[in-house]
Amino acid sequence: MTMKKFAIELTDIDKRFGAVHANNKVCLQVTEGNIHGIIGENGAGKSTLMSILYGFYQADAGQIDVLGNTYIFTDSHHAIAAGIGMVHQHFMLVENFTVLENVILGTEGGALLAHGLAAARKELTRLGEEYGLKVDLDATIDTLSVGLQQRVEILKALYKGAKILILDEPTGVLTPQETAELFRIFSTLKQQGVTIMLITHKLREIMSITDQVSVMRAGQMVAHRNTCDTDREELAELMVGRKVLLSVDKGAANVRAPLMRVSRLTVVDSQGVERLKDVSFELRAGEVLGVAGVSGNGQTELLEALAGIIPITQGHIEVLGMEMDDKHPLTPDILRGLGLAHVPEDRHRMGLITDFSASESALLGYHTDANINSGVWLSKAKVDANCQQLMQAFDVRPADPQLKSANFSGGNQQKLILAREMERNPEVLLIGQPTRGVDIGAIEFIHQRIIAMRDAGKAVLLVSVELEEIMSVSDRIIVLCDGAISGRINAEDADERTLGMMMANALDPIDPLQAMNDAKSSSNRTAQELDL
Amino acid sequence: MNRENRITWINRLLLPVLNVLTAFAVTAVVFWLIDVNPLEAAEILLYGAFGYEEGIGYTIYYTTNFIFTGLAVAVAFHAGLFNIGGEGQAYIGGLGAGLAIFMLDPTLGAWLFIPASIIGALLFGALWALIPAYLQAYRGSHIVITTIMFNFLAASLMVYLMVHVLREMGQMTPQSELFPTNAWMPFVHDVAAGMGYSIEASPLNLSVLLALVCAVAVWFFLWQTRWGYAIRATGKNSTAAVYGGIKPKRVIIVAMCISGALAGLVSINELVGYQHRLVMDFHLGYGFGGIAVALMGRNHPVGIIVAALLFGTLYQGGAELAFEMSGVSRDIVVVMQGLVILFCGALEYMYRPWLIRTLAPVAQQISAAGVTV
Repeated sequence: MTMKKFAIELTDIDKRFGAVHANNKVCLQVTEGNIHGIIGENGAGKSTLMSILYGFYQADAGQIDVLGNTYIFTDSHHAIAAGIGMVHQHFMLVENFTVLENVILGTEGGALLAHGLAAARKELTRLGEEYGLKVDLDATIDTLSVGLQQRVEILKALYKGAKILILDEPTGVLTPQETAELFRIFSTLKQQGVTIMLITHKLREIMSITDQVSVMRAGQMVAHRNTCDTDREELAELMVGRKVLLSVDKGAANVRAPLMRVSRLTVVDSQGVERLKDVSFELRAGEVLGVAGVSGNGQTELLEALAGIIPITQGHIEVLGMEMDDKHPLTPDILRGLGLAHVPEDRHRMGLITDFSASESALLGYHTDANINSGVWLSKAKVDANCQQLMQAFDVRPADPQLKSANFSGGNQQKLILAREMERNPEVLLIGQPTRGVDIGAIEFIHQRIIAMRDAGKAVLLVSVELEEIMSVSDRIIVLCDGAISGRINAEDADERTLGMMMANALDPIDPLQAMNDAKSSSNRTAQELDL
Repeated sequence: MNRENRITWINRLLLPVLNVLTAFAVTAVVFWLIDVNPLEAAEILLYGAFGYEEGIGYTIYYTTNFIFTGLAVAVAFHAGLFNIGGEGQAYIGGLGAGLAIFMLDPTLGAWLFIPASIIGALLFGALWALIPAYLQAYRGSHIVITTIMFNFLAASLMVYLMVHVLREMGQMTPQSELFPTNAWMPFVHDVAAGMGYSIEASPLNLSVLLALVCAVAVWFFLWQTRWGYAIRATGKNSTAAVYGGIKPKRVIIVAMCISGALAGLVSINELVGYQHRLVMDFHLGYGFGGIAVALMGRNHPVGIIVAALLFGTLYQGGAELAFEMSGVSRDIVVVMQGLVILFCGALEYMYRPWLIRTLAPVAQQISAAGVTV
């Protein structure tokens, strides 16, 4: 009798953090040689489960079997020895080391490096050929693109003998083309018998690459499906526990006068690197202008320059009747006073102060508001009331103003920041990665609120690396590549391929006829609709 | 009690207590090594600090100094700045207090003199912190380096001034002439006598009330005003603070000036309250002690008062110990202080992982019980 062999079998895994039941009798069977997706909202317990599997945490109860043997992992070394490799969302690489040096880190094989390096080089070359993972072993990490860095992480895991690869949100930082390349690698790995566990919240990826998918909700496994037997709508419903609207429901934009005019904006950072080059656009009342691009191509600098956080090197910005340029900067507090709100891309670095209570984080940027201050006194009652009100408006959970900001889930932190910036009814809203790390139910809600702002005649600048989000929420799209605008397009004309090409700045310039036709049709638009 | 509360509770209360006890245990070993009975020494120390009225007076008098410098370090710390310059700021604060007193007509009443000397101390202390603050904010010089160098500058400046400018006419000792009696901060024993109570004379003066007022004021300022919010936001996450429209450069200046001003108040207790003249080196040890006090007190005014009391006790009890026991020099206080600083500062979290692990089941039971109730 042939038995289906499981690469990983988790039985009744239970884990509590104080009152939080993070994993409630979780069972999971991953068939050897399959690509197995695990989806769930933030806080559903995916990360906890993977941390238990990788030895970061110990389960309170339950059993872990890997490739037929029962283990108790108290350390990630045990998991590695059992054949599990993990590629984290944030790479664990030493930037100024070469690929080779990074791979042998921790397994140098003696006091002198030469021998270990030579052995590793041989083994990596073999692995690279076998799995189609080509990387220049002598390149330092900081010269590699994000996609290649990820490949190094995969190589590292394979080098340590991983038969099972766990990847946590692997596509969050990749362009569509890089994602396609990653999926091609997955297929090769699968052919070679490697088992892959893919943790993601992107349903499209689950549908396109996995064999099986397991859904977690509120600490429990709620469903296991063969990917071919399910669809996105069902998975979304299983994750959230109710029907979810996947597309954004919006009417035509009622565009009015421009509220922000950016002319020839150039930003050079403190290292002398030109981060934004000659960027010009207009942002008008009643529209959502999407800014697409692979992360790190000037989006962060654009948002921060517009919000008055970093200085402008050249060019000028007209916003809500005021002007700023390199000689006359406007500070964030002045801009906020004018009616410009800003939801920063990175909520931990900038959007809130993780050590502060929620009520204090909900005050960031508005701590001088006369409604909250009475004379010298920053009234705690009013601060709490303000936070309570924001939490109610955006359904932040738990609705406890005293709880430390760090202890909210990513989605709820984001909702708190959005509430803080949107509830004051700003005229211009700059918003960066509004749904990064946010679960699907909250994404729907956030998108609706952005559209509601637009429909109320406000101007919204949306920066996102999620093309789906850019395409469905925006009215117009500009694409940033290497700090310059590499494409402008109306949202209804945009598709993933075109945007991807613009993001790589690879719109084929060789075919002159096509280019001319494109120029003709788009120049009409540029003149009339884009108004640039 | 959730995980968060449990950890807070361990951090705030249990850890400092354990750390202090460890420091005492190691001190006991040191005593034992120099052939001193640790129990006997502890008895003498405690008696010296709390056994009689004069001793208590001294203990609280020293405590007052540590409250000022502890608060000074804490305010800077909340802005993310490590003010090592409490020594210099206290010293120059003394100059401010003294100059304010000498500038006024000696026949004026105490109601003018005392506020004037306090303002003088505040201003000069703040001024001595302002320069390093400016260099940090606008020139990027590290505050730790500049404040420590300003300690040396203060010491040299004061030697010069005491020897050449402020020395009392016809005296060899580098000290100023006595302050007019109107300018003296009243002694607690005098005030008590005025109200009909008789207590032994000690250097304890009303500056201790000023220290307590400062503790409350610091608490109010840091946690109940928009300026305190700006300071704490900058200290915790300056990127987020900039995003929130806070200007970190200004915050550095404000926080350091307040910090320096608080350190300057040491001179009110020492000079205006007790010595009644400008003297050399009245500040020695309090500025650095304040760092340990702030660390132990978790940069919170309540914790700082408790930690300052511990240091005050060591100061007074240790002096008594050196006096009573042959073979124990006054330096033993420095050893004990050093050990407290070592275990509360450098080895602050030594017990933490162990404590959290040990107490987890207990706390879970408590929380389970809490749920059923």
